[in-house]
Amino acid sequence: MSTFEFKTPVSDEDIRKVHAGDVIYLTGDIVTGRDDVHHRVVVSDKMPPIELAGKAIFHAGPIMKKISAEGEPDKYKVISVGPTTSMRMEKAQAEFLAKTGVKIIIGKGGMGPKTTQGCIDNVAIHTIFPGGCAVVAAEEIVDCEGVEWLDLGMPEAMWKLKAERFGPLIVSIDSYGNNLIENNKIDFNTRKEQALADLKGKLNFMD
Amino acid sequence: MSEVSAREQLSRLVASFMAYSAGHLPEDVKTRLAQMKQIENEGFAPDIYNVMEKNMQLADSLKRPSCQDTGIPQFFARVGSKWPYMDIIEDALIDAVKNATSNAPLRPNAVEVFEEKNTGNNIGTHSPWIDWEIVKDSDRLELYFYMAGGGCSLPGFSKVLMPLEGYEGIAKAVFDQMTTYGVNACPPCLVGIGIAGSSEVAAKLSKKALLRQVGSHNPNPKAAQMEKLIEDGLNFIGLGPGGFGGKLSVMGVNIEQASRHPATLAMGLSTACWAHRRAGIRINPDFTYDFFTHKGAVL
Repeated sequence: MSTFEFKTPVSDEDIRKVHAGDVIYLTGDIVTGRDDVHHRVVVSDKMPPIELAGKAIFHAGPIMKKISAEGEPDKYKVISVGPTTSMRMEKAQAEFLAKTGVKIIIGKGGMGPKTTQGCIDNVAIHTIFPGGCAVVAAEEIVDCEGVEWLDLGMPEAMWKLKAERFGPLIVSIDSYGNNLIENNKIDFNTRKEQALADLKGKLNFMD
Repeated sequence: MSEVSAREQLSRLVASFMAYSAGHLPEDVKTRLAQMKQIENEGFAPDIYNVMEKNMQLADSLKRPSCQDTGIPQFFARVGSKWPYMDIIEDALIDAVKNATSNAPLRPNAVEVFEEKNTGNNIGTHSPWIDWEIVKDSDRLELYFYMAGGGCSLPGFSKVLMPLEGYEGIAKAVFDQMTTYGVNACPPCLVGIGIAGSSEVAAKLSKKALLRQVGSHNPNPKAAQMEKLIEDGLNFIGLGPGGFGGKLSVMGVNIEQASRHPATLAMGLSTACWAHRRAGIRINPDFTYDFFTHKGAVL
């Protein structure tokens, strides 16, 4: 296991250095995008109004607070921003990578075979920020540069964030087809069969 | 006391209670997580437990919601039959949700179905959702507020088994769900299981099971035995924190039951993430209160 410090824009060369199980700390541009953004880009075929090539997409719906005074240009502060369940984006993620040039996906839990193939084809990775740790994450965001697609509502909009050593980001899918969480699931399922076998006869409450 | 001021007093109290519980886990959850951290000493687990602990400290010191997903607002109200302000409870809870959403702040999560628009203030059709129970011979209002995020709501389901599938059939369905969806639900989870005669009763009981303390046991010895067996089995699977693998999987398993129909064995499953923001308060007619899930907390 190795630890890397990356800055956006992240290059293909950077991505090829990392393997599933490595840890990254990321400085630079992170943009939030989850169900509705993926739907709009992939299904409705609208390009995002933000350049995403070389940047990170963060599966997250933050709590944001408007800090600008009345009449001033809108300015927001991040209150709380942790990862959401990445698997919800499985259906659209590979195509999203191809369309946008995003290099790093940040979320929680694993993603499936379509995304794994998408990471190979587009030289990208999926990483996991510890779930439920939204104040730690918010404290690693130094600025919010703006928002797009706010019509989708606060959780679903694209928030443009500037991060400083954002992490730990544990690499769950690398650009070589390795998938940490899917591998874990194989072990979980093997042990599940054993656990079920151990229960045999112990829950027979019917005479 | 006029009705207007009762409504205002109740809504202010409940809004502060919601804001506080967004940033502070109940004692039983914190205690169990601290015990689990001691055991999970290999692989990614220690680092993840360290970040979780740092997050709890920061949420407290910065007065922020510990997780950005503050859930779709849901109250479980146990109303004393002699509580004097029956007419104002619902309006006061709606006011409290609006207030807490803008001031805590909570994330606006209520999306109107079919219109597919976020209402922006957590108020919507049947939102907040209020579950009512009447407690006889009491003049108090007991309220539970539980912030269930989307991640830990995704594994939820209920279905009706045929009785010959037996209690093992329930265990199998729980294991199957926890090794697939459970990984995404911010483990270690608290697992709530409802057993009843129809799917909606089983589903509701599974959620109520999550309102019981971590480490509590069903008073029925067979149910308690089933809780223990499923907990041990899930821990043997070793999801670890965040699904990265470990020695444990869950904070616990709580089962609640209602009589079933002879021809049905319905089960429901609800899961609570490690950041289990369950909060309970008992409010007296003079609006003094006992914040019993968070002893010592000042609102």
